[in-house]
Amino acid sequence: MGMQDAAAVVGVGATRYYKRGQSLPQTPLELAGTAMLAALADAGLTVDDVDGLALYSMGLGGDTSLFAQVMGIPEVRFTATLTGGGGGSAGSVGLAAAAIHAGMATTVVSLMTLQQAASRFGTSYAPRGRPGAQYSAPPSPEKDFTSPSGLMGPGQMFAVLAMRHMHEYGTRREHFAEVAISTRANAIRRETSLMTAPLTLDDYFNARMIAEPLCLYDFCLECDGAVAVVTTSLERARDLRHPPVRIRASAHGGHGRWGQAITWMNMPDEYFASSGHRPVAQRLWAMAGMTAADVDVALLYDHFSPMVILQLEDYGFCPIGEGGPFVADGNIRHGTGTVPVNTHGGNLSEAYIIGMTHVKEAVEQLRGTAVNQVDGAEVALVTGGPASIPTSALLLTR
Amino acid sequence: MTADEPMAKLPPAELIALTPDVFTAPFWDAARDHRLVVPRCTACATYRFPPSAFCFVCRSQAVDWVEQPGRGVLYSYTVAWHPLLPEVHDAVPYVPAVVELPDTGGVRLIANLVEVRPSEVRIGMDLELVWRDVHPDVTVATFRPAAR
Repeated sequence: MGMQDAAAVVGVGATRYYKRGQSLPQTPLELAGTAMLAALADAGLTVDDVDGLALYSMGLGGDTSLFAQVMGIPEVRFTATLTGGGGGSAGSVGLAAAAIHAGMATTVVSLMTLQQAASRFGTSYAPRGRPGAQYSAPPSPEKDFTSPSGLMGPGQMFAVLAMRHMHEYGTRREHFAEVAISTRANAIRRETSLMTAPLTLDDYFNARMIAEPLCLYDFCLECDGAVAVVTTSLERARDLRHPPVRIRASAHGGHGRWGQAITWMNMPDEYFASSGHRPVAQRLWAMAGMTAADVDVALLYDHFSPMVILQLEDYGFCPIGEGGPFVADGNIRHGTGTVPVNTHGGNLSEAYIIGMTHVKEAVEQLRGTAVNQVDGAEVALVTGGPASIPTSALLLTR
Repeated sequence: MTADEPMAKLPPAELIALTPDVFTAPFWDAARDHRLVVPRCTACATYRFPPSAFCFVCRSQAVDWVEQPGRGVLYSYTVAWHPLLPEVHDAVPYVPAVVELPDTGGVRLIANLVEVRPSEVRIGMDLELVWRDVHPDVTVATFRPAAR
């Protein structure tokens, strides 16, 4: 028996979002605690109700002991982190649901806290010895086959996938621009957004090239902040402040030979120019008993604009290779598109908290309280990462 | 291509250091001698790259190191225009490329393109290997457009 509709998201909360380094002198743990308290208040719960923590990437440095101690969680009954990086954002909430469905915990918090004052994700694959390089991959025998080329940032690496997609399918920079521009249009209307100036096609093409074919506006923001999500059983959720947002399905993982993806570049040709999400998407739809056609709003991890296009393909919103024309036809626009994408402004224009803002937005859409509300939204897709394994997905329903 | 377009440059030697292990050392040892070798499974003949402890098809550990002729085809690339570190400020633009080796079942190396202007780079172009002696004990592969 699966975990469909066993659990629900009942609270979401966040700190304000900061440009990189501007959350000082707060500490990452302080940001995490602030977000968790906000999410619990949103749910009508307190720390005394929390008995589980389901994290991903480097949330809380991958260790919950100090956080539980400082926040005074009465008893931790479940504490786990999805392996990998940002690809686990949506999946961390699925992990919470799995724990609840298995009876290991009753109320589980997933969160991300991020402070890039001393270290930038943008150079996370830089060579050894960067002072304060908290987010740097350490030297390794495998990295020896990447680093000498000067590939040192995720953006440069995803640029290689985007370039291949352009070659195979005729995808153009105008298509990437549509992702950046539509996402900005959503961000402009939100107080929480760090980027609030309109973005035009001229702005896009006049921006400096960072790593061809990606220009400045194809890159996500560099931010500080924290977002927390509270999950509990559907039964318990019915007694709380908001109508439950059901966890219909969640999946994570990927093909083994997708593996380290952008840092080894030897993925099979069949899915090199993909988001790595295809097997995750298939499992998600099978678990949910749904397809892309059922989705009212899609919150797709957007560290780099081309990867939104590749996810639209891999989740079946359009055929493989047709993601560029699909976005160019206006399909991802809020208000007019067939599947509005990143109505909160995404990692590109609202804030980059490693994908957790996408979960928060999905919940607000299904409650009917989103700033850029999709009328009658009943099904929301959230994804975590095009990234090394795992990528992840979460399907939420009203 | 514009008249003043720079040739592709290279990341500085100071950024390049290796951390080989028992599985990858033969590759780097051969590179130092200007020989390109790729491990092929002794049991099932599958090439694997980077070198690793097991064959991903049959899980055998034995390998033969097969010397390659140094030809390649450009699979994909990026042009790094923006220096992400101060150390590469004078090294942009440089062109990290994914180069497929013929007759290896699709093994791809990540290496810089040289002797080419960024706007001349085309996926599918034929390439030939140029060894770059970075340090007395470190040599890496780069590729340039193949002579016609």
